Amino acid sequence: MTLNQEKHILVTGFGGQGIIMAGDILGKAATIYDGKNATMTQNYGPEARGGACSSQVIISTGDILFPSVSEPQVLVCMSQEGYTKNIKSLRRGGTFIWDTDLVKTRKPDATWKTYHIPATRFAEELGNTMMANIVMLGFVAAVEGLVQIDALRKAVLESVPPNTKDNNAKAFDRGCEYGEAILKGRAKQEESRDQA
Amino acid sequence: MAGQAVMTGTYFMNGDHACCEGALAAGCRFFGGYPITPATEIAERMSRRLPECGGIYIQMEDELASIAAVLGASWGGVKAMTSTSGPGFSLMMENIGLGLCTETPCVICNVQRAGPSTGLPTLVAQGDMMQARWGSHGHYEVIALSPSSPQEMFDFTIQAFNLSEQYRLPVFVMADEVVGHMNERVIIPREEDIKIANRRKPSVSPAEFKPYQADPDGIAPMANCGDGYRIHVTGLTHDERGYPVMDDATQKQMTDRLIRKIKNNRHKIIQTENFYLDDAQIVVVAYGISARSARQAMHEARAKGISVGFIKLNTVWPFPEELIRSLAPRLKALIMPEINAGQMVLELERCAGGACPVELVSHFGGALIHPSSILDAITKVQKGKKKS
Repeated sequence: MTLNQEKHILVTGFGGQGIIMAGDILGKAATIYDGKNATMTQNYGPEARGGACSSQVIISTGDILFPSVSEPQVLVCMSQEGYTKNIKSLRRGGTFIWDTDLVKTRKPDATWKTYHIPATRFAEELGNTMMANIVMLGFVAAVEGLVQIDALRKAVLESVPPNTKDNNAKAFDRGCEYGEAILKGRAKQEESRDQA
Repeated sequence: MAGQAVMTGTYFMNGDHACCEGALAAGCRFFGGYPITPATEIAERMSRRLPECGGIYIQMEDELASIAAVLGASWGGVKAMTSTSGPGFSLMMENIGLGLCTETPCVICNVQRAGPSTGLPTLVAQGDMMQARWGSHGHYEVIALSPSSPQEMFDFTIQAFNLSEQYRLPVFVMADEVVGHMNERVIIPREEDIKIANRRKPSVSPAEFKPYQADPDGIAPMANCGDGYRIHVTGLTHDERGYPVMDDATQKQMTDRLIRKIKNNRHKIIQTENFYLDDAQIVVVAYGISARSARQAMHEARAKGISVGFIKLNTVWPFPEELIRSLAPRLKALIMPEINAGQMVLELERCAGGACPVELVSHFGGALIHPSSILDAITKVQKGKKKS
């Protein structure tokens, strides 16, 4: 019930990027494959494409009552507007994740963990920018560990159209590997710093 | 899943889709609708699922036609529903009255958004609660349920069908944008574990049958078109034969029964979930999505040592008048949060009858009521008492 047991995640972008779908997959992974509770709510405007939208996910080991996310612990930004509008809501000690090419950031709060990935560019290289959300999910799974990576991968493959499964699996793995490489790199840096 | 009406299993599903699956599990095989945000996903899924299950989906030209088609389908012997939001609900009001007058079982799911008029199409409100009660002209009783989660969208839609079949009337599922668009775990039970009620059939021969002759409990058995019984369906004031009779005695007889069949059975219809009423000095009463805020506020208040109870209205109409009347005299206050400027709170106030103060925590729509607003109201009442 308390915020400590819950993880609040806000995914922001614009209509057509699969922002709501990303939230849906994250919640599905937690609920169906990871034995937790999750709630996903969404915000969008009257326009179907291009307008600002967000999905809010709460993952919890207990019951989730109030379903809105006002002060996320994890903020994922896939558009400049999503960043500008929501960056102030990220909690101290939170995690800030963004698409390198789509968001220009100012100096982040010193208490935040920060990660970025050119998710849309990677998706384009894999043949379809529409998979940027899946690349991002793989990345989030690797760097933030909200749910088990296998659970999230299963949820991705269950949620995408059957004929796109292979490509989406590649997209997910690409994001995941990139995230793991970043973590390794940072670990190494810390190691060398410790040795120095 | 093709052809399977009851999709037994565990899903991460939004409320609109859960409503659709609940309807199919309840036996709904006709949907006449017109898409409108935030209820579109119900129609959308129905248009795919109904043909798979041997049912019929028709996208009508507007909401007036949608509800008319639903009433016709029901008289054809099929469980039928439609879904809409505020603007469409307004358009449906006349034929909802026809459904009430002709005692036609069907279900209308209103996924509420903020009004009046077109309002905030994609944002939450609970502003149609009195419209559900009094929106069509004339006098009648209604049954309305208010789900607060996708699971309840599934469960309450089944219950709405059961109640509509048992009591022969259109039943409302008063959802809202957040519940409709929220994804959560939805467990769909095995088909044999789902309780289904069907309309009462005539037990007399076609020669003896009168389509509006009620059993002692006020409910008239229903013969569908084509069953071999003579029926007459009109929105004019009618007698037991279903024929128009233009006098005050028939008006009294007909209207009185429309009211009595619900009022006299209210104890079987009303469903509330009650928390800590035994020791409560302050009771929060809430429905739909606001019930989640209220329940969290109750937990937070109790953690602070304040004796707060909570009544979750699963059915909003009929209102649990007796429960409120019996509680009010020993309470410091009743508190109701709702996403409108104060609607169900009027009913709460009426039932409290001045025996305790009634506080409204209001939000005009476009966002949820934060639990802290309810907690503030609780704390205020609590402090007020200490002073005296």
